[in-house]
Amino acid sequence: MSGYVSIRGLRKFYGTFQALHGIDLDIAKGEVVCIIGPSGSGKSTLIRCINRLEDFDPSGEIRVDGTAVVPGKALAKVRAEVGMVFQGFNLFPHLSVRDNVMLAPRRVRGTSRADAAKLADRLLTRVGIAEQADKFPQHLSGGQQQRVAIARALAMEPQVLLFDEPTSALDPEMVGEVLDVMKALAGTGVTMIVVTHEMGFARQVADRVIFMDGGEVIETGTPKQVLEHPTESRTRNFLGAVLNH
Amino acid sequence: MDLLDTFFNVAVLRRSLPMLLDGLVLTLQLGAASIVAGLALGLIVALLGLYAVKPVRILMRLYIDIFRSIPLLVLLIVVYYALPFVGLRLTSFASAMAALTLVSGAYTAEIFRAGIQAIPHGQFEASAALGLNQRQTMVDVILPQAVRIVIPPLTNNSINVIKDTALASVVAMPDLLKQATQAQALTANPSPLIGAALIYLAFLWPLVLFVSYLERRYSKGRSA
Repeated sequence: MSGYVSIRGLRKFYGTFQALHGIDLDIAKGEVVCIIGPSGSGKSTLIRCINRLEDFDPSGEIRVDGTAVVPGKALAKVRAEVGMVFQGFNLFPHLSVRDNVMLAPRRVRGTSRADAAKLADRLLTRVGIAEQADKFPQHLSGGQQQRVAIARALAMEPQVLLFDEPTSALDPEMVGEVLDVMKALAGTGVTMIVVTHEMGFARQVADRVIFMDGGEVIETGTPKQVLEHPTESRTRNFLGAVLNH
Repeated sequence: MDLLDTFFNVAVLRRSLPMLLDGLVLTLQLGAASIVAGLALGLIVALLGLYAVKPVRILMRLYIDIFRSIPLLVLLIVVYYALPFVGLRLTSFASAMAALTLVSGAYTAEIFRAGIQAIPHGQFEASAALGLNQRQTMVDVILPQAVRIVIPPLTNNSINVIKDTALASVVAMPDLLKQATQAQALTANPSPLIGAALIYLAFLWPLVLFVSYLERRYSKGRSA
């Protein structure tokens, strides 16, 4: 059986360097998956292939809700259903916080200005920054900016949310507020694929943890299995290095 | 006293002022038309040069390089004196506007290209991830940010275009400089030339100060 997000034989080359070595992965609707692994293991590349921010070798295939992620009309449909939160926030600096959230619903879905504004205010309330709606992103703290970015992604009412190291660029004291928003999201039935170094988050929230190294999936299982009883030596080495510093 | 009578002869200046003002109007018309056309041309060339299929990108690169290399005076004379031999006869205004627009378009395209390329890649990725198409990404996300970056260099380029309108006098267009030289011949006194120079200064000096202001404000905005 193939998943809501189904990945088959995914290969990615940067010139002659192979970043992904034939990944097969199925993610069920509503599942929360955390992808962990050392830097350069291909975990960010993997999730960036899901909405095709990265091209991949045509021998492989990714489907989201049955739609193949290939350039053209289908890709636009997939991208409208798949939200993404970036390490560096990537908010639009020339737009207010509210306008950041409103832009995609208005342009892609054709939502009216009034409805989009209502939607934006509701989502900003949900991520706890309704009072900042009229400010510009650069006047917000990193944690607040990342919460705006989450609200912006939610505005498209995505079925799948991709998180690419969402807390890695944050000062330590701001990591918690972003993780709290993500924890709350995990209970709402949205499919979440999270590349992270936050082992505590993975342990608490993930339905499944995937450990990647060298462009391959090394080990996958429940948080308890992978984080507490890893069977692969590479997983043990990585966890040892991460948890004991 | 002699010097004043020669270069700032009030009677001569007063007599030639209507001619100079006629010339000024034409100079400003030519400048404004060429600036606007050059901006439109430059934006189109920049976008095609960045995002079109490869043969078009190469064509745009060629256009930009050729028209940044060719001296404006040479181009103007080719347009006005050489094109009639192949049946293309343009008025002096049209010749001057064509030459100014082609050259300004090439510089403007480079300015827009640099402005667009200065926008962080993450802005394109965030737009794509939200499902915006390429046109929406440009119109709603990239260009509003790029325009802020390119306003100082574009204003600078516009000053150059206005200055270069003076070259139109060599194709017999009665612009400010041409009117001044004719008034000088008529009155046998160089005061109209000085008058024209002062009029150019009066228009362009504030613009030069404006560019400095924009550049200061922009660099402050960056570091803040």
